[in-house]
Amino acid sequence: MIVLRRLGAGLVVLWVAATAAYLALLAAPGSTVDSIIGDGADTPLIRSQIVQEWNLDRPALLQYLDYLWRFGHGDLGRSYLLQRPVRDVVGDQIWPTFELAIAAALLGIALALVLALTTRRPWSRRVSSTAELVLVSTPPFLIGLVLLSVFSFQLGLFPVSGDRGFAALILPAITLALPVAGVLTQVLRDGLDRALEEPFVVTARARGLRERAVLARHALRHALLPAVSLLGWLCGTLLGGVVIIETVFGRPGLGQVTLQAVTSEDMPVVLAVVVFSAAAYVLLNTAADLALLVIDPRLRGSTS
Amino acid sequence: MISIRDLHVEFPHRRGLVTAVRGIDLDIHPGECVAIVGESGSGKSVTARTLVGLAGPGAIVRSERFDIDGQDARRFTDDQWRQRRGGFAGLILQDALVSLDPLRTVGAEIGEVLRVHGHRGDRAARVRELLSTVHVPEPERRAGQYPHQLSGGLRQRALIASAIAGGPPLLIADEPTTALDVTVQAQILALLAERRAAGETLLLISHDLAVVARLADRVLVMRDGLIVEAGETGTLLSAPGHPYTKKLLKAVPSAATRGKRLGGTGEVRPAEPPGEAVIEARGLTKRYGKHTVVADVDLTVGRGEIVGLVGESGSGKTTVAQLLFGLVAPTSGSVTFEGAAWTGVPERRRRALRRRMQFISQDPLSSFDPRWTVRRIVAEALPRGAAVEPLLDRVGLGAGLLDRHPRQLSGGQRQRVAIARALAPRPSLIICDEPVSALDVSVQAQVLDLLADIRATDGTALLFISHDLGVVHHLADRVLVMHDGAVVESGPVDDVFRRPAHEYTRALLDAVPTLETL
Repeated sequence: MIVLRRLGAGLVVLWVAATAAYLALLAAPGSTVDSIIGDGADTPLIRSQIVQEWNLDRPALLQYLDYLWRFGHGDLGRSYLLQRPVRDVVGDQIWPTFELAIAAALLGIALALVLALTTRRPWSRRVSSTAELVLVSTPPFLIGLVLLSVFSFQLGLFPVSGDRGFAALILPAITLALPVAGVLTQVLRDGLDRALEEPFVVTARARGLRERAVLARHALRHALLPAVSLLGWLCGTLLGGVVIIETVFGRPGLGQVTLQAVTSEDMPVVLAVVVFSAAAYVLLNTAADLALLVIDPRLRGSTS
Repeated sequence: MISIRDLHVEFPHRRGLVTAVRGIDLDIHPGECVAIVGESGSGKSVTARTLVGLAGPGAIVRSERFDIDGQDARRFTDDQWRQRRGGFAGLILQDALVSLDPLRTVGAEIGEVLRVHGHRGDRAARVRELLSTVHVPEPERRAGQYPHQLSGGLRQRALIASAIAGGPPLLIADEPTTALDVTVQAQILALLAERRAAGETLLLISHDLAVVARLADRVLVMRDGLIVEAGETGTLLSAPGHPYTKKLLKAVPSAATRGKRLGGTGEVRPAEPPGEAVIEARGLTKRYGKHTVVADVDLTVGRGEIVGLVGESGSGKTTVAQLLFGLVAPTSGSVTFEGAAWTGVPERRRRALRRRMQFISQDPLSSFDPRWTVRRIVAEALPRGAAVEPLLDRVGLGAGLLDRHPRQLSGGQRQRVAIARALAPRPSLIICDEPVSALDVSVQAQVLDLLADIRATDGTALLFISHDLGVVHHLADRVLVMHDGAVVESGPVDDVFRRPAHEYTRALLDAVPTLETL
């Protein structure tokens, strides 16, 4: 029941995002056909193709419904600049971005968990907190440039740019993961501190549990609650981050596609990216909500 | 079993050390039940936790002798302490809702003790067995449930099951019944008595002499980190030697203390007989969906009268207060306040009369703006320019507190500020919802004396909502007993409590631990 409600809410967000993108297209200065062409070739044939594809000769409501229908079926239209269906343009580039985002997320989360759990003693905690603060407040491109100059240019350990296998993934993933780890570590540590103040921790210790077990079995689950709520934020950070990181490291991916589409006013691609970001956001937030239900039985709201 | 001499426990603080325990001796022999009684800050809980090596972060523990089961605990390593915890001593804390991990099932919590202490064999079966031992019905189903899904009594039983799971010869129970309703408290005390009969040694920690009276062989009275008096329970209660013990015993409100001052000596000024009705409720009913929270309640409070409203949690007493206060609208029924219709009229019409009805809650801290000083809190309720000092003086607070913030006050001082604020608009009725439940018994005594004085001097009517029958019997003229949203019995407090007609009232009275029956 709760699951269905969350999924329903997710669909509504997607619908709003798609509609907002559509309205933005209509509201753009000049005719809609001009907006869709962007910097692409402008011929009468292409113009008639666009009118046909977007149903611009039919009533406004029908145009809109048809647009939703096509989007709902994964038909994202055609980029007239690149002379390819948008689905292919995005589809080709999604994998490198996905790879990078997942690697960064996993690395960031793992780093945060390790740091939050191991730096419990006063001095290690102080060192770690300072490092986190530095990471959080440093712009990612700067981290990327520093890593590049040290590990690629000077030490030559990793390729400078491009997408050539695993080695090329390491530096971009670390760059993107470090600020994520910084924020998550702080949230987790704060959660652990608060959980360790709770009476049930005294009970757990009074059972003869080792401090490690108290942390891992009891306090950590409580600390995860606020961290999991940040999944939506994580999604935003990663999506925003890839645009910069892919440029710094010369990687192909969605970030590059977005950058090009925006600078060359390729509206169909921009629309697709907007709706795709919304979808990713909805997906992660729904996942976060469901994860919270798994972790915290009190949220399941059934008492007997 | 445990033998301690000259125990000191100190905690590092911003400015030097704070001493929680300053030199106590404690002996616990196998098979006996020892109780430590004291008010908040007396060091009783710290003492209990020191016995399992959990005094707290950074605690400095010193002693001349600290023998646990014949071994010198001063030289225990972390590992040795861990073996003792749960294996030698099981710890039961107050309120299992927060003392059991809310994210784990009851079965997992109990099973954890078995795992730590190397239980061989079927762990799930042993968990069910333990739950049966503490009389949890349907142990199979309950083991899979979370603390918040169990009633207060059941989860306290589950907490006890987890404490005895490691088979410890010693059980330490720190305020084990404080968060519970009286009938449930009676059951838990019976369960502890049963554990003792089964051969376990008990150390009880409580703020309430009456709770430990029936169970303990010996009582130690603690104050400010010292044991002021120790002795066999019967002797200590009937012939207390130390003035503090005497004061504590005298401060306990009950039928015998009616009309007397609890805090000082002498009588409370007798009140005028109650006048015409200040507030009158007829057929008050509140439903939320299908759920009836308050059912057909009739209630009248006369001028200068104190009416007690008693019942267990969930009986609907707080909802009655909200209905009378006009915070929620009744589903049916009506309230008249000072002769005018109070329900069913727009708030605009009620506003002028609002000042005549005041409210005191259990937790005044959350009813104060934390950034305001005492002066501002009280002055807000007074007419512009009126002096705050005389009012504070009336509730027994010095002018020195005027510029303090609520957090800088003790619980008793805060409740006095709340009373001063309630008195400021010269109300005809004060609704008090559990006003003394969070207070120590000696502070409670002062606040109850103050309320009795206010009624006698000002003729202010009080509706006194409480779960504590002793307090109500001490203070109230009439009492209403609520159960499942309905008033099951009402009348003059002596009639109802001495000759209860309804079986629920009888059950409630039987469950109350008293000092008189000893």
